[in-house]
Amino acid sequence: MTKPITRFPTPEHTARPGLSRWRAGFGCGSGLGLILLLALAGCSGQEATWHGTRLDGLMPPLAFELTDTQGRTVTASDSAGQLRLLFFGYTSCPDVCPTTLADLQGALRALPEAQRARYRVLFVSVDPNRDTPARLAAYTGAFGPGIQGLTGTDAQLRALARRYRTTFGYGDADAAGQYEVSHSSAVYAFDGQGKARLLLQPARLGSKALQEDLATLARR
Amino acid sequence: MPDLAWILPYDPSPLALVAFALTAAGYAWAAANLPPGAGPGWLRQLTFWLGLALCYAVMQTRFDYYAQYMFFVHRGQHLVLHHLGPFLMVLSNPLPVLRYWHGRLPAGLRRRARPLILAYRVLQHPVVAPVLFVGLIYLWLWPPVHFVAMLSRPLYWLMNTSMLVDGLLFWWLVLDPRSPWSATGQRVAGVLGYGRRILILALVAIPQMALGAWIVFSQGTVYDVYEVCGRAWPMAPATDQLLGGLLTWIPPAMMSVLGILLLVRRALHDDARRHAPYLTEAPLP
Repeated sequence: MTKPITRFPTPEHTARPGLSRWRAGFGCGSGLGLILLLALAGCSGQEATWHGTRLDGLMPPLAFELTDTQGRTVTASDSAGQLRLLFFGYTSCPDVCPTTLADLQGALRALPEAQRARYRVLFVSVDPNRDTPARLAAYTGAFGPGIQGLTGTDAQLRALARRYRTTFGYGDADAAGQYEVSHSSAVYAFDGQGKARLLLQPARLGSKALQEDLATLARR
Repeated sequence: MPDLAWILPYDPSPLALVAFALTAAGYAWAAANLPPGAGPGWLRQLTFWLGLALCYAVMQTRFDYYAQYMFFVHRGQHLVLHHLGPFLMVLSNPLPVLRYWHGRLPAGLRRRARPLILAYRVLQHPVVAPVLFVGLIYLWLWPPVHFVAMLSRPLYWLMNTSMLVDGLLFWWLVLDPRSPWSATGQRVAGVLGYGRRILILALVAIPQMALGAWIVFSQGTVYDVYEVCGRAWPMAPATDQLLGGLLTWIPPAMMSVLGILLLVRRALHDDARRHAPYLTEAPLP
C-alpha cells in the first residue's frame, strides 16, 4: 500500500504554466469550425422559392468527357449555353430510371416552347458493359427528343460520379447474367455556364413542383 | 501484384496528409528523444499509434469511399473520429510529448497563441465541452445539414475534421492524465475532478442513445442523401439505416461506460495514494 504510484504527474508538473497553450492548439481548429458553421447558417436565406435542393456553391461546375450513342467524344462545352439536366442510370433499370426520365419529359413538355428548348437532358449510363451505343440510343429515343444518351469507360464514369459526390455499384449477376446497379436517383440541374444549381428528386417532388422548378430555372 | 488501391485515399487531401505526417513525426521524435523514464511506455505508445492509424484509415483510405456512400459506414467513420481514435490517443497520455515540444516553441509563437488559449479555455469549460460534443453529433445528423454535408466536398471535410478535433478536445478533458489531487492531498486547480468527469460521460451518453434509437425506430428514410447519391453497393435503405442507427446508439454509450470505468479505477488509485499513510498506520482489525 505504501508503494508510490507514479502514474500521476507530480504537482510541479501540473503547475507548469504555459502548458495550456499547447492544448489550445487543439482548440483553434474547432473554434474555426464553429465560426464557419455560423457563417453557413447565416447565408442559407433564399430569394426564390425552390422545391428541389439548391446546389449553388456546393458543387463544382459541369465537366465531363463521355461518349455519345454515335461513338463521338462529348464534353460539357458541347452543350454550353443550355440548361443541362444530368442523370445517372442504366437501361436495364426496372424502376427509377424510366420513371425519372418520364417525369422529366412530362415536366419539360408542360413548359412553354421557348423554355423547353433551353433544356437538354444528359442520361449517363453507368452500366457500359450492357449499354451498347445502339441500346442506349433506342432507350433514350423512346422517351422523346432532347435526351442525350452518354456513357464512358469505368474511369470516366467514376471521375464524373466522384465530382458530383455520387457513386454506383453492381450487384451479383443472376443465372441469366443480369445484375442490379445501384446509382443516384437525383437529377442535377446546371445552368448555361455550367454552374450546379439544383438537385431534383422527381419521385419525391411530384410533377407540379418539378415543373415549377424547371420553369423558374429557365426564366433566370 | 496485389491490388493496393484500397489503401490509397479515395479523396486525397494534402492538408490531412500533412497534419497526420506532422503529428506522427512529432510524436515519434519526442518519444525517441525524451530522457529514459520520462517518455510514455511502450503500451501507451502503441495506444497512440493505434488511435492515429485508425483516424487516418477512416479518412484517407478506401474506407472513406464507403463512408461517403453508405450511411452505416459513415456512422462507423464518425465513431472512430469522434470516439475511438481520440479516446486511444488521449489514453496514451501524450502529455510528456506535448511538454517536449512546448519547451522548444519559439517565444514569439507562444505569445501569439494567447487568443487560442482563451478559445481553448472556453471550449474546455465543463459545460461547453459536453454540449459541443453532443451538439456536433446532432448538428451533422440533422437531416438538412447532413444532406448538404454529404453533397459538398468542403462541408464534408469540415464535418469530419470538426468531429476529430472535438473528439480530441472532449476525451482530453474527461481522460486528462493529470490527477485532480496533488501528492499532498491538495486540489489541483485547472484539473477537472473525477466526479464531474464521470457525470459528463454519463450525461453525453443519454442524448446519443436517444438519437440512435430515433434513427433505428424511424419508419421512413431519414437520410435520403444516400438514396440520392447512390449506394456503394445495392443494399436495402432500411437495413442501412438500421445498422447506422445501432452504431449511433450502442457503441458511443459503451465508450462512455468504458471511460467511466477507467475514471473509477483512477479515482480509487488516487484515493489509496492520498490515504496511504492513514491506511498503513491503522490496519484493519
